[in-house]
Amino acid sequence: MTPSIAGEKMAAIGKTVALEQAGMVEQPGWTLPDRGRVAVLCLFTTEFALFTIFVVAYVFYIGKSLTGPTPSQVLELPIWATICLLSSSVTVAIAERALKANRIQQFKLWTGATILLGFEFLRNTAVEWRHLIQDFHLTITTNLFGTTFYSLVGLHASHVAIGLSLLLLALVLGLRGSMQGQARRFELLSWYWHFVDAVWVAVFTVVYVIGR
Amino acid sequence: MNSFPRVAALWCLISVVAFGQSVHPVANVFDPKATPADSVYSVSMLMLAICAAIFLVVGGLLAFTIVRFRRRKLDDSREPAQVYGSNRIEIAWTVIPVLIVLVLSMATARTVLEVQNKRMPANALKVTVVGHQWWWEFRYPDLGIVAANELHVPLSTVAKPAHTLLKLESADVAHSFWVPQLAGKTDVIPGITNTMWIDPRQEGIFLGNCAEYCGTQHANMLLRVIVEPPADFEKWAAAQKLDAALDPRMESARATFLSLSCINCHAVSGTPATGTFGPDLSHLMSRSTLGSGVIPNTPENLRSWVKDPQAIKRGNLMPNMQLNSRELDEIVIYLSSLK
Amino acid sequence: MATTTYFPETVGQTEALPLPSKLHEWIVTVDHKRLGILYIATALFFFAVAGVLAAFIRWQLAFPNGTVLPPDVFNRFFTMHGTTMVFLVGMPFFAGLANYLTPLMIGARDMAFPRLNAFGYWIFLFGGILLYFSYVAGEGLAGHGTAPDVGWFAYAPLTERAFSRGTSTDYWILSIILTGIGTTASAINVIATIISMRCKGMTLARMPLFVWLMLVVSSMVLFILPPLTAGQMMLLLDRYLGAHFFDTQAGGSAVLWQHFFWLFGHPEVYVLMLPGFACANEIIPVFSRKPMFGRAAMIGATVAIGMVSSGVWAHHMFTVGMSASSNIYFAVASMVVGIPTGIKIFNWLGTMYGGKIRFDTAMLFCIGFLFQFLIAGLTGIMLAVAPFDWQVTDSYFVVAHFHYVLLGGLLFTLFGAIYYWFPKATGKMLSETLGKWHFWLLVIGFHLTFDTLHFAGILGMPRRIYTYAPGRGWESLNLVASIGVIFQAAGVACLVWNIIRSLRKGAPAGNDPWDAWTLEWATTSPPPEYNFAVLPEVRSSRPLWDLKHPEDPDWRYE
Repeated sequence: MTPSIAGEKMAAIGKTVALEQAGMVEQPGWTLPDRGRVAVLCLFTTEFALFTIFVVAYVFYIGKSLTGPTPSQVLELPIWATICLLSSSVTVAIAERALKANRIQQFKLWTGATILLGFEFLRNTAVEWRHLIQDFHLTITTNLFGTTFYSLVGLHASHVAIGLSLLLLALVLGLRGSMQGQARRFELLSWYWHFVDAVWVAVFTVVYVIGR
Repeated sequence: MNSFPRVAALWCLISVVAFGQSVHPVANVFDPKATPADSVYSVSMLMLAICAAIFLVVGGLLAFTIVRFRRRKLDDSREPAQVYGSNRIEIAWTVIPVLIVLVLSMATARTVLEVQNKRMPANALKVTVVGHQWWWEFRYPDLGIVAANELHVPLSTVAKPAHTLLKLESADVAHSFWVPQLAGKTDVIPGITNTMWIDPRQEGIFLGNCAEYCGTQHANMLLRVIVEPPADFEKWAAAQKLDAALDPRMESARATFLSLSCINCHAVSGTPATGTFGPDLSHLMSRSTLGSGVIPNTPENLRSWVKDPQAIKRGNLMPNMQLNSRELDEIVIYLSSLK
Repeated sequence: MATTTYFPETVGQTEALPLPSKLHEWIVTVDHKRLGILYIATALFFFAVAGVLAAFIRWQLAFPNGTVLPPDVFNRFFTMHGTTMVFLVGMPFFAGLANYLTPLMIGARDMAFPRLNAFGYWIFLFGGILLYFSYVAGEGLAGHGTAPDVGWFAYAPLTERAFSRGTSTDYWILSIILTGIGTTASAINVIATIISMRCKGMTLARMPLFVWLMLVVSSMVLFILPPLTAGQMMLLLDRYLGAHFFDTQAGGSAVLWQHFFWLFGHPEVYVLMLPGFACANEIIPVFSRKPMFGRAAMIGATVAIGMVSSGVWAHHMFTVGMSASSNIYFAVASMVVGIPTGIKIFNWLGTMYGGKIRFDTAMLFCIGFLFQFLIAGLTGIMLAVAPFDWQVTDSYFVVAHFHYVLLGGLLFTLFGAIYYWFPKATGKMLSETLGKWHFWLLVIGFHLTFDTLHFAGILGMPRRIYTYAPGRGWESLNLVASIGVIFQAAGVACLVWNIIRSLRKGAPAGNDPWDAWTLEWATTSPPPEYNFAVLPEVRSSRPLWDLKHPEDPDWRYE
């Protein structure tokens, strides 16, 4: 085998490697689940376990604070924030579908809407926390309720923030015209966003419904 | 390193001479001297028998297989029969372990209930054990006694059973109360009160350790349980109940003691010293060791300890008090009077 | 059936590069083989470090009233020894083996996410360096800084600010969070690779058992690391933001830390051990010249272990004061989880039975593993009997038990794996003579140390004590245990020398020195960067057996 043929073969193999890595070369008659989806589902599993532990701590310490204030004294149902966050799941789903159908304008619009709704959720949380700290003097160090409340809600809020930054990135890339053909990746991001919403349903139920 | 036989002998001698008690120095789990330890011992023997049998059978099979099926030198290098498995064999060697687990589970459940759910008779002696970094406090609430580092309990006989119920609390971090010949260990955890019970049936001094890592001097948080006949126990209790000795000859020594910051941490009954951070010193001389079992309670050791506890038990929470020699003499004289 | 398509022609070797370029290649690599080697080399390095710590511990304990190490140094040594062995040796061995072998065994070119792979390695390394940086970071607040000294499971409230001043505990927390992120990344990568990148014909049922076990281990990691990470985060909040998760003064619960930690900690020991089983699953059949006996049962037993092991954590807490019914439940569950483990031992026995056993070093280590793991499992059953555990938990009996599992079990299989796969990774054979010296020295040293320590526990010696008084019956046992260290160190030295020597002038290995049956032996040693010139297609779980024995292929029976 001459060096040039060897070189070509290397190049061909390299290209095959690259294509295979992108999951685009199928061995005929043999299809396996998409690795991005598998990875994101694994991520959800582990994040779900993480949130479960914080929920367990929250539930374990219900009623055990040595001093006040208590949840029923200071917590109000965050209806508006919940509506915002759950609607943002709808808007992100619409954005995803738009991107799949290559309607980039629609995609940018609905991604922007998702970001605004998500941001409104966080703004609401910030207002609620300021109210709790300034008016009720409830901090993470006040009592067990403060400790478990701020850590659980804060953990969720940080996940929302991470999702928001990724959505922002997607929007910026969309504005620059780089989101063509990235529907697969955006799908994974929208899955993450749905996950964060589902976690909020659980947190809301435990903290604002059961725990009060 | 070169004096350990002498130190060990010295300890035994002191104990025997001072208290007529013999130390049981080896805290063997398989030499139980109280009912909880007995219960553990019996289920352990069953468990050991079963495990030994399993080891002999399986280990024997392994050894046999290795020898019998080793490749011989004059081998024809054909591959042996490629056997993929056998459902029947799989079932057999699943069912047998399940049966073994069943037997062991029942024995375990019975012993757990026996020890944990034992109902204490009304006349059980109640002791509150408080674990501190790195010493033990023993309070007898019904007798009005506060002691440290040595737990006196009455001997239990068939004719006159004597149970002691221990309530375990911690003043700081997690500890564990373990005197192997009397019972399994029970953790001493801040924020919860655990209970355990013993009914020692042999006289003597049983040794134990704190068994949950609790910081620098965990190794030297030693336990001594002194089991004595009821009459001797009563005598000891009566002496402990009294206020600390108020010897008129100790006037100036006591004054020195009370003027120093010792009283911030230590209590001496009948005096203004009411500190609770460190051990109660009211009857310090009734104990055979200092520093929770670290050194024998002799005049030289007492002096060394008061002079610089850090040199003996490095990292312990009694600082070097920087006493001058006059203060040191006075303190030691006073403490030596607290019988 | 094509016979030669698995073997690529030699296509241009890498020219001899200058040293800085070679190092740069290693630093920027995303090749799963190189990352696997990095993981294992780093694990071996930390193993040596933790081994030195252990040697000092045993030196201090060889005689009563020892003066080799003062108490605070000793307490840091055992904390660092345990933390290093679990997080910086055991976990990277899993990651290294999984990353190196999985793509080769499933006929893929690399892991699903090569860059995530690299990220996992480097964040693990950062975590390890951060842990040891605690020694260098200085004395901290009022002399309470330096390395952590709270034990590897760091019970609360000893770890709270009040009792652990300075920053030593924080180094422990942060480095474990970092290595945990790395391990999670590896686990996600392994699962995605196994699910999504198997070559044609390799159904899940036809995967090598090694790959099956890595799939189970990775799934376990996803579930068990969060309790640890959550606990660490809570502890950080306690220490820095004044939270009260484990602050007993404010109503917090010290036992809650134990629950969270052992929810992680117990399945963790299976996460550590299962990769060892995975290696044994490959080595024992090849050197017995028979397929694994009861493949389906082995897979089932592994999945059972993975699931049941998450429900037995409180057997580490029998003495905490749980109710009788809780204690009974955990005791029974812990015994039940021993059943699938026992089944595995029987299946290995069934594999060897009727075979033609070759006693190469890799197999010697697996045989040692079988005997020792049998004993380890039996002492584990003993510890599951809660009343017995009340006596010997937190004593040298349990120390001996888990060293039997991890050293006598895991480490022996890992050493076996090194002898087995070193030729594949480097193209050179390790010396069998040195290997046998390694094995026998280790066997002698291991048994001298850990057989005797069981008895120290029975005689009342608690763990984590920096010294002990004479006359308790512990002196001779400790002296013998300490002497064993010398043999173990000598054995490991043989391995290190073997590796260095073989890298320079080991005999060439060829593609398939052991006459084995899985796909990694179908390519060159070392494999080219793209693993296989043409991706293979398989019809059974032993594709190379099918190739070598076309008259009697496995797919006829599976």
